[in-house]
Amino acid sequence: MYDKHLMICGATGCLSSGSQSVEDALIEELEKRGIRDKYRIVMGGCPGFCEVGPIIVVYPDEVFYCRLKPKNMAEIVEKHLVGGEIVEHLLYKGPDVDAPSRFIDTIPFYAKQKFNVLRNSGIIDPESIDEYIMRGGYRALTRALQTEPAAICEEVKKAGLRGRGGAGFSTGLKWEFTLNASGSKKYVVCNADEGDPGAFMDRSILEGDPHAILEGMLVCGRAIGASEGYVYCRAEYPLAIKRLKIAIRQAEEYGLLGECILGSDFNFKINIKEGAGAFVCGEETALLASIEGRRGMPRPRPPFPAQSGLFGKPTTINNVETLANIPLILREGGAKEFASVGTEGSKGTKVFALAGKIRNTGLCEVPMGITIREIIYDVGGGIKGGRDFKAVQAGGPSGGCIPAEQLDLPIDYDSLNQAGAIMGSGGLVVMDDRTCMVDLARYFLSFTQKESCGKCTPCREGTKRMLEILNRITEGEGKPEDLQTLDRLAYSIKDSALCGLGQTCPNPVLSTIRYFRHEYEEHINDKFCRAGICKPLFNYWIDPKKCTGCTVCAKVCPVNAISGEKKGPHEIDLDLCTNCGSCIEKCRFDSIFITPVRREADVNH
Amino acid sequence: MSTIKLTIDETELEVEPGTTILEAARIAGADIPTFCYDPQLPPNGACRICVVEVEKAKALVASCVTPVAPGMIVHTESERVVRARQDILKLMVANHPLVCITCEKTGECKLQDYCYRYGITDSEYLGEVKELSLDDSNQFFIRDMNKCILCGICVGKCQEVVGAGAIDFTERGFASNVGPAYEDKIEDSTCVFCGLCIDSCPVGALTPKSGIGKGRPWELEKTKAICPYCSVGCGIYLHTHGNQITGVTPDKESPVNRGQLCASGKFGWDYQQSAERITAPLVKSEGVFIEVTWEEALGFIVDNLDRVRKRYGDASVMGLCSPKVTNEESYLFQKLIRSMGTNNIDSHTRYSHVSAIKALRQSLGSTAMTNSIEELVGAKALLVIEAVPLRTHPVIGYRIREAVRCGAKLISANEKQAGFRDIAHQVMDLKPGGAVVLAHAMANVIISEELYDHKYVSKRTEGFENFKKGIASITPELAAGITGVTAVEIREAARIYAGAESAAIISSAMLNDHEHGEELVLALVNLALLTGNIGKKSSGLYLPFGENNLQGCGDMGIMPTVLTGYQSVTEKAVREKFSHSWQIPISKEPGLSVDCVFVPQDNPAVKAMLILGENPAACGEGSADAINVLKKLDFLLVQEMFMTETAALADVVLPAAAFAEKMGTYTNTERRVQLNMPAVDSPGDVYPDWQVIAELAGWLGFEWEYESPEDIFDEIIALTPQYAGINYSRLLEQGLQWPCKTEEHPGTEFIYEGRFRRGLGLLTTPDSNIALRVDGNLNGKQQSSVPHVCGCAGNEMKRHSIIANLE
Repeated sequence: MYDKHLMICGATGCLSSGSQSVEDALIEELEKRGIRDKYRIVMGGCPGFCEVGPIIVVYPDEVFYCRLKPKNMAEIVEKHLVGGEIVEHLLYKGPDVDAPSRFIDTIPFYAKQKFNVLRNSGIIDPESIDEYIMRGGYRALTRALQTEPAAICEEVKKAGLRGRGGAGFSTGLKWEFTLNASGSKKYVVCNADEGDPGAFMDRSILEGDPHAILEGMLVCGRAIGASEGYVYCRAEYPLAIKRLKIAIRQAEEYGLLGECILGSDFNFKINIKEGAGAFVCGEETALLASIEGRRGMPRPRPPFPAQSGLFGKPTTINNVETLANIPLILREGGAKEFASVGTEGSKGTKVFALAGKIRNTGLCEVPMGITIREIIYDVGGGIKGGRDFKAVQAGGPSGGCIPAEQLDLPIDYDSLNQAGAIMGSGGLVVMDDRTCMVDLARYFLSFTQKESCGKCTPCREGTKRMLEILNRITEGEGKPEDLQTLDRLAYSIKDSALCGLGQTCPNPVLSTIRYFRHEYEEHINDKFCRAGICKPLFNYWIDPKKCTGCTVCAKVCPVNAISGEKKGPHEIDLDLCTNCGSCIEKCRFDSIFITPVRREADVNH
Repeated sequence: MSTIKLTIDETELEVEPGTTILEAARIAGADIPTFCYDPQLPPNGACRICVVEVEKAKALVASCVTPVAPGMIVHTESERVVRARQDILKLMVANHPLVCITCEKTGECKLQDYCYRYGITDSEYLGEVKELSLDDSNQFFIRDMNKCILCGICVGKCQEVVGAGAIDFTERGFASNVGPAYEDKIEDSTCVFCGLCIDSCPVGALTPKSGIGKGRPWELEKTKAICPYCSVGCGIYLHTHGNQITGVTPDKESPVNRGQLCASGKFGWDYQQSAERITAPLVKSEGVFIEVTWEEALGFIVDNLDRVRKRYGDASVMGLCSPKVTNEESYLFQKLIRSMGTNNIDSHTRYSHVSAIKALRQSLGSTAMTNSIEELVGAKALLVIEAVPLRTHPVIGYRIREAVRCGAKLISANEKQAGFRDIAHQVMDLKPGGAVVLAHAMANVIISEELYDHKYVSKRTEGFENFKKGIASITPELAAGITGVTAVEIREAARIYAGAESAAIISSAMLNDHEHGEELVLALVNLALLTGNIGKKSSGLYLPFGENNLQGCGDMGIMPTVLTGYQSVTEKAVREKFSHSWQIPISKEPGLSVDCVFVPQDNPAVKAMLILGENPAACGEGSADAINVLKKLDFLLVQEMFMTETAALADVVLPAAAFAEKMGTYTNTERRVQLNMPAVDSPGDVYPDWQVIAELAGWLGFEWEYESPEDIFDEIIALTPQYAGINYSRLLEQGLQWPCKTEEHPGTEFIYEGRFRRGLGLLTTPDSNIALRVDGNLNGKQQSSVPHVCGCAGNEMKRHSIIANLE
C-alpha cells in the first residue's frame, strides 16, 4: 500500500522544462531516506498548464506543485511527504490569485474548463489499463456491444458530435454512411497525424489516455461493421506510439481487442502505422495512400472514403479528439449529457492549445460557446507582460487571424465560419503588438510550401510564388502591385486546388490582409515594420528623455552597440546594431522604441 | 439505371450515371482543356486546368474527375473559370523554360496551345525556377525535367500500363520532380524504353534523340505503317523528312495497340539506315563477293538453277521464306518455287513454333489464334503460363495488366520466375517441368469438383471419357510435390479459371526448347475445352507467334504440304484451281520440310536453295548442321538486307528491302491483315522484294504481270477463301481479321463459335506416367522458359539497331 501517489507531468511541455530531472531528483531524495516504496510515482499525462511546468500533483492530498526544479525535491519530501506540511512557496502564484493556490479548483486557469476528453490526462497512469477501467473505461464498449449498429450511429448523431480535426462534419452521419456502404470488409482509421505547427491536443490525449482512443475505435468498428482499424500516428510522437502499443497489448490481454470481444461475435484488431514526416498525410485520402504504402498524395473525391477508402473498402476516418469523445457519449446517458454542453450547432467541448504571447500557455478544454475573449483573458490570463492584444491565429496554417474587434465571437463552428475564420484543430496563437502580421503569414506559408505534396499546379507553384512575394515584402523589396497580385493568386489557389491543404493555405494571407492591410502597406510603401520583427525594416532608438541610464541594455547587447554613462542617456550605434531585440526585451523603462529605418535626412537628428 | 439530366453551357443533355463532367462536356461540344487527363489511366485531377464552374458549389471543380449529378448547371468558360485557368497557365509558364524557338515539341505542345488560347503573354508570378540537369545518359531520348509540368501521365503509364515502375514523383512542394529513384539516370533504372511516356507527354520534356534537328512537326510527313518486329503488328506512323526516317509514333486509332508501343517499335527502325546494308547484287567469285548489275546477277541465278534442275530434277530445289516479309512477297515466293515444279517450300523460323503448331492442329485442327488481343481486357480470369509477354509481346502484356485493373484475377505461373508479381492474384514459381503437370492437375480438379461445362463438353468435344480416366491420377496432391505449388493453390487456380464468366490462357507458341512444349499446349487446350472457354468473347488461347508475319507466312502457303489458305496440295481440285490461275502444273507430291533437310545426311536431296531473309546458319543448336548442308549445296541464293552468316555462304546475294521501303500486307497473330505503306525509298540499287521475285520469275520464263502489290493481293484473295472479302480499299481504312469471306463481312474477332476446324475439339488424354517423367527430370536438363526467339530473322534487324543495347 502506498502512502501517497505523486503524478508528475511527463508530457512534452514539462519534459522540455526538465520534468525528467525532477523525477530523478525526487526518486533520489526518497531513496536517500529509504522511503521509496511508500510512494507511487507516475510520469503521467498532461494536466494542461504547460506555462507553470514541471508540475507534480500529490494525491490524495490534491496539492498542485508547479514551476519545480530538481533542488525543490528535498523540501517536498521532508516537509510535505514526511512532515505532512504543504510547501507554500511551490504552489501556484500569479497576478490572478490573492494567495498561493492549492489545487485545480482554485487556480483561475482551470476555472472555466470542462474536462471531457482530458478527463483522465494527468490523473491516471497512462500505462495502466486498470486505472482507465476504474474511471469508467470500456463501459461504452460494453454498452455498444449490446446496441444495434444503426442505433449507435443515431445516438452519436443526436449527441451532436462534430469532427474535431477541423472540418466539423457530423460524426454520427459519417459513421452512418460507412455503415450503409456495401461490402463486408470495412476499416476504422484514427487520424493521429496532428500536423499543425504548435498543436499538441491530440498528442496529450494519445500520451495521457491512449485507451480512450482504442475504446472510441472499437465503438466505431461496432457501429460501422468494421473488424480492423489503423491508428496513423506521426513518427514525431514516439511516446504516443509507445503508449498506444502498450495499451493495445493490454487490451488484447484483457480480451477487449481480438476475436469474440467480451464474449460477443465482434472481432476487432488495431494496427499502428507511423507517419513519415508529411503534413499532407493528415489529409484523409493522402493518409489512406500512406497506409497503403503509396506516396502520400491526395486523390480526387468522389469516391469518398465511406464508399471506397482504405484498400478500396468503406472506411471511417476520425480525428483523435473526436474518438476520445465517443466513450463519454456512448455510456449510459452519455449522449444527453454531452449535448447539454455547448451551443445549438456545436455540442460538447473543444481542446485548445494556447501559445504565443499569452500568460497561461498550455492545453485547455472548454465548452463550445465560450467566447474568444474568455479563453484569452480568463483561461489564458491575458497578454504576457501586460501588452495589448493584437490578434489570435486560430486553425494553424489553414486558419485565419481573429482581430480585437471579433473577440466576442463564440467558439462555434458556424459562427466562426460566418466570420471568415475557422475552428481548425484547436491551435490558438496569441499575438501582441510586437507580432508582425506579414511575418506571420509568411511563416505559415513557408510551412505549407514545404509540405505541399506537389501534385496540383495551384498549390505547388502558387504557394511558392505567394511566399516569394511575402519574402520580398519582409525584406523591404515590396512592390505596390504586390497586394493585388497576392489577392488574385490567393483567390485562384483557393478556387482550384485539389485538397484541403491547397484550398486553405492562402487563408493566413487573406485574413491578415483583410484585417491588417495597413501593416502590409507600411511594409511595402514605407519599408517599415512597426512590430519590430522584419529586421531590414526598422531601427531601435533610445529616447534620451525616458532613458534612466540603468545600463542593462548595454550589458546585454551582444555586439556592444550601446554606449552611455551610468545614470545618463544611452545611445545605439546603428552601424553595429543587428536588431536582435535583446535590449528592448530587457528595458524596464519603456525607453527603447521601434522606428523606421533612418534616412539620410535623419542622420543628424 | 436511369440517365442523368444536366445543363452544360446552356445546352441540356442526358447522360449515363458515372459520366464525368468532362465526358459530358465533350458530348455537348464544349472543349475543356486538359493536361493530366488520359483515358487509359484512372482519374487524376492534378493539373486543375480542366476546372469548371458548377452552380452552388463552393469552389471550382475538376471536370475530369467529377461525376455529373441530376440538375447540375455547369459553365465551362465563365469569367471565373477563365481567370483560374489563366493563373494556372501563368504559374506553369513561370517555371517553364520558354525555349519554344528550338524546342522539338513546338507546334504540338499543349502548354503553347493553351497559352495561345487564353492570351498568356507573360506571367506576374516570376521567381525561382527549376534548374535541373538534363538526363542525356541513354541513346534513346532526353529527359528535360525543367519543362515538366508534373501532370503525372508518364508516371501512370510506367506504373500502371507497362508496370516497369521506372519513374515516380520525387521530393515534394516546389522541389517536386518526376524521375527514377535516388535521382538515378533513366538508363540505370528499370526503364524498358517502351516510349509510352514520350508519346503521352503534353509538353516537350521528353524528346527522342533520333529526331532532334531533323524537322519541325509540321515539316514531317507521317506514313501509316505496321511495326515489323513481333506478331502483334502495332500500328505506327513513320515520320520522315525528305527520304529519311526521323522517328516513330504509335497509331492512337489502331484497334491493336491503341497508341502504345514497345522499345522495338518505337526505336528499332534505325536498322533501315544502317551503313551495313547490302545495296547491290553480289556474286561470289573466287571466294569473294563482287558487286554486279541486276542483269548479271539474275542471269547468273537462272543459269545455275537451270543447270541444277536439269541435272538433279525439279525436286532438288528448295525455297525458305522468312516470316517477316509481306504476304504478297510470301505468296510470290511460294508461287515461284511451285512454278519450278516442286513443293519444297518452308520457313526455318517457324520451327521454333513446331510443338505448339502440332498440338493445336491435333486438338483443334488449326493454329490460328482463337481470340483478339483487345478481348483480353474483358476476360474475368487469366492464366499466364510459360510466357513472358512483357518481353516478347509487350502490348499483350499491357492488356493483361489492363484486364487486372478492370477486375480480372490473374494466375501467373512460370518455371523460371513468374511475372506480373505486383498484380497477380496467384504467383507460382514452378519447378522445372512443373507447367504441364500444373495444367493437368487443374484439369483434374475441374473434373473432380464438377466445375466443367457439361453442355459444352458433350456438344463440342470428343474424348472426354478416356480423358477423365487418364487425368484421375494427376491429383493436386501428387502435383504439389512436382510443381512446387501447394495443392490448395492448385485447387484455387482451377476454381478461379473454371468459375470465371470468361477466362483466357496466355502461353507461348515458341516452345521448341521446352521439353514438354507439345504436351503443355495440349494440356492448355484441354482446360479451355473443359470449361467452354473457346468460341466466345474474351476467352480462348493466346499463343502468339514470334515474328510479325508468321501467321501470314503460313496463310500464304509457305509449307510443303499446303497452298494458300491451308489448301492441301494433295487435293486435285485445289491443284486445279491454282494451276488454272498460275497457268502452270502443280506437283501433287508434298515437299520436304526444313527438319528433313538441315540434318546430317550422306546423299541430300536438295541441291539448290533460295533463301529469302532467313539465317539458318546462325540458329543456335542447329547451326552446325545447317552450315554443313548449306556448304554442300550446288547453288545457294540468299536475298538479304545484311551480310548474315547464311548470306556469307551464298553464291549470289540479292539485296532486300526494309519494311519502310515497300508496300504490302502483314497478318498479325490475331489473323488481322493490315496494310503497310512505304515511307522512304530503298538505298542504293535495292528494290522491294516483290519486284525482285517477280523479276526473277520473268527471267525463269514465267509470265507474271504485277504493277503493284495490290495486283498480287487481288490474286491472293481470289484463291484464298479466308481472305476473299479483303481488299486494299478496305484495308486503307482499317485492318481486317480473317475469315472474311465477302466484301460486306466485317472480319472475325474470335473463331470456333460453331465448330472447330477438325469438327469437335479433342481432349487429349495425358501420358499415364507424365508426372513421373517430369519428376524424374528434375536432375536433368534445366528448362528454358524464355521462349527461344529464333536467330533466323528479326534478330538481324535488332543487331543493326540501337535497341541491341537493351538486351
